[in-house]
Amino acid sequence: MMKNIPLSALIGLVITATYFIAAALAPVIAPYGMAEVVGDVWEPSSAEHLLGTDQIGRDLLSRMIYGGRTTIWIATLATILSFATGSTLGFFAAVMGGWVDMALSRLVDLFMSIPSLILALVILSSIEATVVTLIVLMGLLDSTRVYRLARAVAVDISVMDYVEAARLRGEKLKWIIFREILPNALSPLVAELGLRFIFMVLFISTLSFLGVGVQPPLADWGGIVKENKEGINFGIGAALYPAVAIATLAISVNLVADWVLNRTTSLKGGRG
Amino acid sequence: MKDQLDYMAQNVTAGKMTRREFMGKAAALGVSAAVASSMFADAAKAASPVKGGVLKMGVQGGESTNSQDPALWASDVPIAGGRNWAETLVEVGPDGSLEGLVAESWEGSADAKTWRFKIRQGIEFSNGKSVTAEDVMRTMERHTNEDSQSGALGIVKGIESMRADGDVFELKLGVGNADMPYLIGDYHLAIQPNGGFDNPTEAVSTGPYTLESDEPGVRMTFKRNPNYWGGDAVAHYDGVEVITLNDATARTAALQSGQVDIINRVEPKIAQLLDRAPNLAVRNVSGRGHYVFIMHVDTAPFDVNELRLALKYAVNREEMVEKILRGYGGVGNDMPINAAYPLFDETIPQREHDLAKAKEHYEKSGHDGSPIILRTADGAFPGAVDAAALFQQSAQAAGIPLEIKREPNDGYWSEVWNKQPFCCSYWGGRPVQDQMYSTAYLSSADWNDTRWKVPAFDEMLLSARAELDEAKRKETYSQMGQMLRNEGGLILPMFNDFIDAVSNSVQGYEPDPNGPVMNWYASKKTWKA
Amino acid sequence: MHPIVKLVAQRLALGALLLLAASALIFGLTEALPGDAAQAILGQAATAESLANLREEMGLNRPALTRYFEWLGGILTGDMGVALTNKLDIATSVASRMSNTLFLAFWAALISVPLAILLGLIAVRYQNRWPDKAISGVTLASISLPEFMIAYILIFFFAVKLFWAPSFANISPSMDLLDKLHAIALPVAVLVMVVLAHMMRMTRAAILNVMQSAYIETAELKGLTGFQVIARHAFPNAIAPIVNVVMINMAYLVVGVVVVEVVFAYPGMGQYLVDAVVKRDVPVVLACGVIFAAVYILLNIFADVVSILTNPRLRHPK
Repeated sequence: MMKNIPLSALIGLVITATYFIAAALAPVIAPYGMAEVVGDVWEPSSAEHLLGTDQIGRDLLSRMIYGGRTTIWIATLATILSFATGSTLGFFAAVMGGWVDMALSRLVDLFMSIPSLILALVILSSIEATVVTLIVLMGLLDSTRVYRLARAVAVDISVMDYVEAARLRGEKLKWIIFREILPNALSPLVAELGLRFIFMVLFISTLSFLGVGVQPPLADWGGIVKENKEGINFGIGAALYPAVAIATLAISVNLVADWVLNRTTSLKGGRG
Repeated sequence: MKDQLDYMAQNVTAGKMTRREFMGKAAALGVSAAVASSMFADAAKAASPVKGGVLKMGVQGGESTNSQDPALWASDVPIAGGRNWAETLVEVGPDGSLEGLVAESWEGSADAKTWRFKIRQGIEFSNGKSVTAEDVMRTMERHTNEDSQSGALGIVKGIESMRADGDVFELKLGVGNADMPYLIGDYHLAIQPNGGFDNPTEAVSTGPYTLESDEPGVRMTFKRNPNYWGGDAVAHYDGVEVITLNDATARTAALQSGQVDIINRVEPKIAQLLDRAPNLAVRNVSGRGHYVFIMHVDTAPFDVNELRLALKYAVNREEMVEKILRGYGGVGNDMPINAAYPLFDETIPQREHDLAKAKEHYEKSGHDGSPIILRTADGAFPGAVDAAALFQQSAQAAGIPLEIKREPNDGYWSEVWNKQPFCCSYWGGRPVQDQMYSTAYLSSADWNDTRWKVPAFDEMLLSARAELDEAKRKETYSQMGQMLRNEGGLILPMFNDFIDAVSNSVQGYEPDPNGPVMNWYASKKTWKA
Repeated sequence: MHPIVKLVAQRLALGALLLLAASALIFGLTEALPGDAAQAILGQAATAESLANLREEMGLNRPALTRYFEWLGGILTGDMGVALTNKLDIATSVASRMSNTLFLAFWAALISVPLAILLGLIAVRYQNRWPDKAISGVTLASISLPEFMIAYILIFFFAVKLFWAPSFANISPSMDLLDKLHAIALPVAVLVMVVLAHMMRMTRAAILNVMQSAYIETAELKGLTGFQVIARHAFPNAIAPIVNVVMINMAYLVVGVVVVEVVFAYPGMGQYLVDAVVKRDVPVVLACGVIFAAVYILLNIFADVVSILTNPRLRHPK
């Protein structure tokens, strides 16, 4: 299988793996502490500080490595939560049909009808923003989008003849969901997984940018952009590195996702 | 030297240098005061006001919930807009002296309990009605009466009775206060027809401009008030626009790209970078505003003075001024007063960053080593989260287990400040020491955000208020300052400058320590060449 | 009654119920937030006395349920009420904000939707060749940058360096169309970049999915050229998922652009809603929230109807 891997997917795999490994090993590879003030404000890059320093003189490379750890960790867990919740409920609704489908779908509609960024801002201004609450909040808000996709895909599948046959055989609900629907719905779900992971990265970045993300001195990429954004108009790179990191991570994850499936079907749910 | 003087003269003409700055620098070059003075006059004459044009200000601090009711003004955009149409009885000038606006003159009784303000004769509201002492009294009534919601309520509630006596407005205080005219200049107390009882948001007063359109949180536009009593000496623009630009990067970009002429709140981090741009200048002025970490002195663990001292010694003030303010400000001394106040005692020693002393006091405090939580928010003051991070670093070096908790901006002033025992905050400063101390350090003050309730301190404050001998008053204030510095609940690492940036097309700009953007009088006092 | 008409009627009725539920949820959430409008307005300047006075005047002392039903009664008779904070008529403010939001969304959609579909078609036509890869790469990059980052970068180059476009979208009703378009050039560019990739990728995926069907092979065997097959046979059959993703992105353009509004100081609905939440101005929050919900629900019904109409198995349920 590895022999047939196209160059683009290989690049994607390498970059993705690099980010994840760097995140896992942050305390080992970061040259300085995350919160340690080691220099002057916005020093240019040098041998001591490869990416220079940030707005209060912390080593930017170290902040970036620790920031990646926070961002990737939160986005990954939130994506997993979102898919586990959203697709299980979506399949369930599609297979059950009738009032169960109706009730679940309308409940999801209710939450989706309020813009999720604003919902998140409202909720985060009354509860404490910790890593756990962020993951749960983002995961659950996003699971509504996954639910819509999973349900739509599963509804199409559940009217297929082989599902009808399984029903007639008297198979249990669990069998139908996990043996008949899931394998056939996997490809569009995987396609969506890549995009949803990016949206999670962007979501946590936007929350941090708006000032309700992770607690200081913990860093995350969106937060680093926010802390350093004043420098952008003067060509100071500190705010650009995290943006580049977010973009390259997102692209490489999607190159991998594109390779995992050659064809994509229904994609539902966008940003927001 | 000639070149340098020429350059300075150009700066004067461009409104980039004040008389004081010019005289100081000229003296440093060895030019005699008389010569410098005439040079200044020549340069300044070249800059005589020109009428016309529209001034556009990009201002931080506006929301779509803003109102034109002066009683509700709290952020910079409504205040900036209000300066155009609304006028108070008096204004505090850049040098700290009082100048009359709606009031022509004023006098106080010997015990400073009775104050009489003579209303300027023949001036009209922008709706054509004449201004009477009755209107002034009704205005004060609206701000002080039972169902007042005015931000000035705390300031004027000491008024016991008032009356309109012909063209004189008279008020009587329960306790004498020599600084009353300063208090009455508060921007909330704008004079409105019938005190604004009929329609507080109609934006009618005696200001140099009148409101043309108002989109809260977006922009306000004004046009020149043709009946303005101030005549040709002021209000040079045909129109003024106050544009809400809350995002710092967007605000800077708007000035750089020439879409606005003046911006407030330049981020200290970029002030020097911005100043390099050829078509604009960064103008800063040190004021009385300060950033603080406040502890409740009646709440554990901050009820132990040793711990408070440990934290005070642990703050690296120089580093904060350097990194948070980038030099646009001065170090604080754990008392809310600096040299910008009258009667300031320069001899009080400066508290230095001293980790050994911090450690010593921390050990003496007997603190159990549990985390000390400092609450902060981006909105607590610009750079508050960064300042808290620096504080945490230096406290850790002294072995103090300081932890930061960022709270949402939203609700910070209602839920954290004045409620939690240790948090970041700021004070805008007041024109006089008495007002600063009465606002936040008197036992009975509503905003006693350090829970500083010391009867001896209160007595000193009241005695200083009634004291007419300036030397004695200064001595009392000095003792009060030292008391707060050594025992109070405020850690005051820095006094912040007001940093504005102004396009070179704007002339006559003179920073005012009372507030940003010439205390928001820029539209009244500047002009475009 | 035709089953589709019945379905639409059903969904509309459900939508109305959903709106009611949404308004209750929004009200509940706003009430659950710490602090109230009086505290939020007075902020650091609050005293116990002025707080009590302001609460009294705003009617915040009455029970929450009373206030909710009063609001509900008002909205059912077409009265949105006045804002707690500045006493301005909410309907007037909403009308001006909403027209700004729709103006921005309209131009962003007008550019992005045809462009996304065209790029999608080109990508399919040259599948796995360089145009496909180039389009995919560029759109992926644009979707992967946080929108505030795209905005700042565009401002830096086009406003600060080149002076081509204004750095903030200062529009007013008195401006003519060309001036307005110039003013919103940068925010529209940001929004187009943000929504383009999602729609383009969907178009490409949906058409590719259809391309594997037997009738496409037939069409190819008939000797039709690549583009003819795609445009005449594949695209019409891929409409449902494309409409779905277009709708999602339209909804996003209307309700989700808070960040763009903040950065460009654009007077749209998002900023209005966020300000109202911060100041706990409950009637404004409710008005905006319900309008957002209505936009979302209507677009959703539209998308669902289209997907049912295009799937024969769903069109004629057993």
